[in-house]
Amino acid sequence: MTENRYQTADKNVELCVIGGGPAGLQAAIVAKELGANVVIIDDNPILGGQLIKQTHKFFGSKLHYCGVRGIDIATILSDRAKKLEIEVISDATVVGYYDNDTLGILRHDNLFSLKAERYIFAMGASENMLAFDNADLPGVYGAGAVQTMMNVYGVVPGKRALVVGSGNIGLIVPYQLLQAGVEVAAIVEIMHKFGGYYVHAAKIKRAGVPIYLKHTVIEAKGKDRVEAAVISEVGDDYTCLLGTEKTIECDMILIAIGLSPLCDLLYHAGCRIEYIPDLGGNVPYHDANMMTSKPNIFVCGDLACIEEASTAMLEGRIAGARAYESLKSKDKRAEVIASEAAKELQIIRTSPFEERIVYGKTQLKH
Amino acid sequence: MSEYIETHPILEFKHGRKVNFFFEDEELEGYENEPIAAALHAAGIRVLSYSEKRKRPRGFFCAVGKCSSCLMEVDGRQNVMVCMEPLRAGMKVRRQKGTHQSE
Repeated sequence: MTENRYQTADKNVELCVIGGGPAGLQAAIVAKELGANVVIIDDNPILGGQLIKQTHKFFGSKLHYCGVRGIDIATILSDRAKKLEIEVISDATVVGYYDNDTLGILRHDNLFSLKAERYIFAMGASENMLAFDNADLPGVYGAGAVQTMMNVYGVVPGKRALVVGSGNIGLIVPYQLLQAGVEVAAIVEIMHKFGGYYVHAAKIKRAGVPIYLKHTVIEAKGKDRVEAAVISEVGDDYTCLLGTEKTIECDMILIAIGLSPLCDLLYHAGCRIEYIPDLGGNVPYHDANMMTSKPNIFVCGDLACIEEASTAMLEGRIAGARAYESLKSKDKRAEVIASEAAKELQIIRTSPFEERIVYGKTQLKH
Repeated sequence: MSEYIETHPILEFKHGRKVNFFFEDEELEGYENEPIAAALHAAGIRVLSYSEKRKRPRGFFCAVGKCSSCLMEVDGRQNVMVCMEPLRAGMKVRRQKGTHQSE
């Protein structure tokens, strides 16, 4: 009925990976090593995704870069991609998924189309915002945003920070602020215990930064920029307890309360999206092979569920191997790669921190 | 250029060459190819725009090109995401009000 305007694309490839972070890079490397013709599209000038700001050493198994800093893993993976001569379209944004499974790509004001036989979506996630009085004042930043400014570009947008949330990002970023010479006034956490790994919390406590449990931020003060934050204790029902407000002097309020998968393009592509809070909210349906409800589209990393870079890399390997098989045919080498990665994932996900993820993955409706 | 990190226990920053650019009508210094937002924050500028209706000051939020909180006018082009756009010599950067009108 409708005229298909995308019969021919400007560029045709076998496999297109969108997003060159830990998940996407691993997926592209695996598929290329197996023999597929692969293109990576990324909106940054350099590959590595959020790894390029991770100065801390990773946990996990030796096989998957335990003890190596995120920034160095980014270099290892992008060097590997370069050596394999994987084509990279950087500085480019995918703006739409059109008829005939064709992408629209915007790069330096040029719009062009690309059609791949299989896609691996690995766009990652974006930081969640929190509503409180004056939350739009300059100085209220995503914790990851400040980490980018500080660790990638060497700029610190403030002198004294209050951090909201104590998951791993909320515990790691303040430590890195201290390393960069910035004061950290406190961390507030609405739950009765901190959310991230004990090692990260111990480091920040040793540095003398107070963690206010059962507290939240209720107001940012200041005219043109944050000059202070008002925090309050919360009761068992998480409502603020009147009379417990404290004003904390700071010029940055860092929001580290979680991430949401960047699903926009999957909606556009017609993939089924499900609401599973334990995986980070709206996530694309995917099976154990990381295939979405559309058999030509695979997903991996934070887009599939909000987790860690180490698990994102493993999911990337599964997606890369399975997308290759779907493109060609069943393959022994691909089977080994995917099943080894699945085994590793299973081991990592026995950790109590992973209970939510394991439960969330069972909630995806087949 | 006071807010650049000078010494760091882990990182060594490889900046581009120093270039001059304009914020409103003021001449500032930054490093070539760093995001415009990084150069502005190093110069102590945090208000990147004003909201359309209530003229409330706005800064960046995500710094990775996702949230559109850092839109500015660059060389006459509006709605440029300055957390991603690389700085070039002589660039003219202005605050815009809301999403279309320049100040």
